Amino acid sequence: MTKILDEPRYVCALGALQTVEAIYKAIPVVHAGPGCTAKVSIGGRSGYLGTQTVPCTNVGETEVVFGGEEKLHDVIENSLKVMDGDIFIVLSGCTTEIVGDDIDNVVGTFKDSEKPVLSVPTAGFKGTNIEGHEWVVDAIIDQYLSKRYFGEKIKGLVNIWGPVPSYDPHWVGNFRELENLIRELGLTPNCIFGEYRGIDNINLVPRAKYNLLVAPWVGLGNVKNLKEKFGTPYLHYPTLPIGAHETSLFLRTVGKEFNVDSNLVEELITRKEKEYYYYIERSCSFFFENRASSKMFSTVASADYALSLSRFFVNDMGLVPSKQYITEGVPEEHYDRIRQYFKEFNYEIEAEVVFSNDGYQIHQQIENDDYAGTPLILGSIYEKKLASKLNGTFLCVSTPYAERVVIHSSYVGYHGGLKLLEDLYTSVFQKFN
Amino acid sequence: MGINLKNSEVPIRENRLGSIVAYSGSIKEFGKQGGCSGCDEKKRCFSQSSACNNGCAIGQLFSIYDAAIVEHSPAGCASIAMASYLNDLLVTALGKKPRENSGFTCSDMGESDTVFGAIDNLKDVIIETYNRYKPKAIFVASSCVSGVIGEDLESIVEDLKDIIPVPIAPVHCEGFKTQIWASGFDAAFHAILKYIVKPAEKKTNKVNVLNFAGGTSWNSRADVLRLFKVMDVEPTFILNSATVEELQHLSEARATISTCGALSTYFGNGLEQEFGVPFVRSLQPHGVIGYEDWALKLAKILDKEKEVTEFLAEEKKIYQPQIDEFAKKLKGKRAMIAMGPSYSHNYARILEEFGMQIEHVTSWHMDDKYDDGSMPDALKYIIENSKQDYKFSVNELQNYEFVNILKRVNPDIFVTRHPAGMIVWSMKLGIPAYNVRDEYTAFGYKGTLRFVKALYYTITNRSFTDSISKHVKMPYNEWWYQQPAETFFVDN
Repeated sequence: MTKILDEPRYVCALGALQTVEAIYKAIPVVHAGPGCTAKVSIGGRSGYLGTQTVPCTNVGETEVVFGGEEKLHDVIENSLKVMDGDIFIVLSGCTTEIVGDDIDNVVGTFKDSEKPVLSVPTAGFKGTNIEGHEWVVDAIIDQYLSKRYFGEKIKGLVNIWGPVPSYDPHWVGNFRELENLIRELGLTPNCIFGEYRGIDNINLVPRAKYNLLVAPWVGLGNVKNLKEKFGTPYLHYPTLPIGAHETSLFLRTVGKEFNVDSNLVEELITRKEKEYYYYIERSCSFFFENRASSKMFSTVASADYALSLSRFFVNDMGLVPSKQYITEGVPEEHYDRIRQYFKEFNYEIEAEVVFSNDGYQIHQQIENDDYAGTPLILGSIYEKKLASKLNGTFLCVSTPYAERVVIHSSYVGYHGGLKLLEDLYTSVFQKFN
Repeated sequence: MGINLKNSEVPIRENRLGSIVAYSGSIKEFGKQGGCSGCDEKKRCFSQSSACNNGCAIGQLFSIYDAAIVEHSPAGCASIAMASYLNDLLVTALGKKPRENSGFTCSDMGESDTVFGAIDNLKDVIIETYNRYKPKAIFVASSCVSGVIGEDLESIVEDLKDIIPVPIAPVHCEGFKTQIWASGFDAAFHAILKYIVKPAEKKTNKVNVLNFAGGTSWNSRADVLRLFKVMDVEPTFILNSATVEELQHLSEARATISTCGALSTYFGNGLEQEFGVPFVRSLQPHGVIGYEDWALKLAKILDKEKEVTEFLAEEKKIYQPQIDEFAKKLKGKRAMIAMGPSYSHNYARILEEFGMQIEHVTSWHMDDKYDDGSMPDALKYIIENSKQDYKFSVNELQNYEFVNILKRVNPDIFVTRHPAGMIVWSMKLGIPAYNVRDEYTAFGYKGTLRFVKALYYTITNRSFTDSISKHVKMPYNEWWYQQPAETFFVDN
């Protein structure tokens, strides 16, 4: 069978450098060609670091022929002098791994340096940026956190994992809202990504009482690793909670698992749902009276958004799922479990899941399906023209992400659900009505 | 001359044009020693991520309206396809219908491919790409991985030519081969010259305009059209949104002209050498001096000097007084520039036209000579005509170097171009900055007026820059700012 990537929706493992950049004052040191960093920086923004500030060996013909260990050594050594960072993470690319540079050996010579220097093999041919994300977190656990004692467990402290930085267009806001929900339960959230979250947060990871993973598959290896290394129990909650139904279920599940007083949880949910439905009541006539509103939908997205949005549109909004396309190259070992998640909607509704990275075939299937009217397509920007061709409604939710600028918004939580409805029905509103 | 279409690939700029990526000195010194060839070649023992020739080559070819790209690489190299939406917006801005698909596929090389090779799969991908999208040409790009394991892209052209009825053009752009991403321009244009352009059957009334976005901002395309109307010729804007058919007929044009010297050297000279299309060697059309030189040199080839001289005089009467009025306000203001090798010197010339004091110019690389053996025109002009001497450095997007210089120089304004993100590093330091994002920013008198105003307003209201600089921290240690910018230069 032809292996063809038509309309790529993810990048290679080196894309994990965006995970490193998401940790405040963590410095990726890239041992790869001159263009790799720019190519895999698909979030496209800068913050404390930007694409051009990432130290890189810019591997050339000399390093391919004679090896690049010396150059790597120089660049790490000088990165430590030039860059103001708290932790340095060396990421290798295709060429340096094919020519066989002994990267661990080079990185090993910095084991006594003032700032920790770690390394992660992220050759592009070894996997996707989503897998690379998990490898970076594992490297922090194995090469840094496991090497010393950071103190005893802190009561109520919960590490939050899930969104893949930059690959999830709303990652910063999503983490922040997950933190807020945990805080509302009277627990203390700890996250190593986003808004000045850095080495201090990393140092707290082994001291947490619980790990909370909010993602269908990526990160599962990390929380298992943390359980093994630090004895921390984890809760795997596969769905990003969007809207009232899921957020309330999320709060109940987390509350129960992490021993929060159920009265407090129920009081919180009542208050939040009441607020949520005030706004829904004010807007809902538009949702259902509009000629351009849809009854059936498909997601063409990474597994986290496909699942979370499906659950929102089925369980909150009363829509019916057509096929759901999962596009980020999910490792096959997770297929069955993810399929099962799509069989657990209200009213025993189920959705068929298609794992594919072939945009052409996905589009053909969507065109051949009947959506009982205007299809609602929640996808990447590749689906915009398709939706328009089918006279459908489109919302961009997944990489490649364009059309909207995300500064700090999120679709997570009660407020996130309302924000999602604002974005979606703005598109509907702008159509013929 | 370095252009030989019989060869499968074009030599990289370091070897062909004597180009360099590291230099620190002054512009007059640089000129005195005869450009790059007079300086010792340096490398760096610390570097930051730059850009690669593959991204540059594919970025160009991807903008052809009805061609497909097949990237023989792991998934990450193909990420340019994700910009297809931006391509669509551009195509729409140029008045065409967006394409139905991105026409961009990748062989998605995995670990076993690095051991066993993947040429057979690549052939299937090319066939499948053709069957799905029926493109008018297919460009097959090599990558670091396909290069290191020695995949033979040339052989597939032969193998597939009876199966696929459109040109299949290998593009040799392995990222590790060069430190100069502009080598990718040459790789792309080599493929077009070798596989797409056909010998002229007739001469047309067209002029090839080699540019980037095609004058979509401020409708500057209309300004180009107005000038060309005076010369009674019709522009073919390339490559953005050009069709394969248009490219096939580039040989029939009366001349080729460009907005960027670094972009056009290989293609302009190649079209001249191989197909007899005169290549206009001029300053680029930025600022008053550049625009006049560009227009008049083209007019000379087309025998329209009288008409163009009159046209320019009329336009100048309207705009020059307004330009002068704003330039007065900028007189003596201190500036630093960081751009590509052609733009940096072109824009240094413009700022000098405004009476500004140039403190430092950084070029992302520097070509010693162009493909016809001549010194880059904009540099030559500065060396021969500039009344100022200023610091000049070459670095391929080395942010730590130019930030070090910027902090030391502390100019009134920093003027930069792509990559777009460059501008923020100046603003974070509290130095107002202007991003010359569009190549027609200072096109003609009208554009020059727009540009001088933009600079003046940037300097006038520093509020955003002031605020952000107070709230963010740069990613460098204080130690670094105390060191000379060329600290990490080493002999080659």
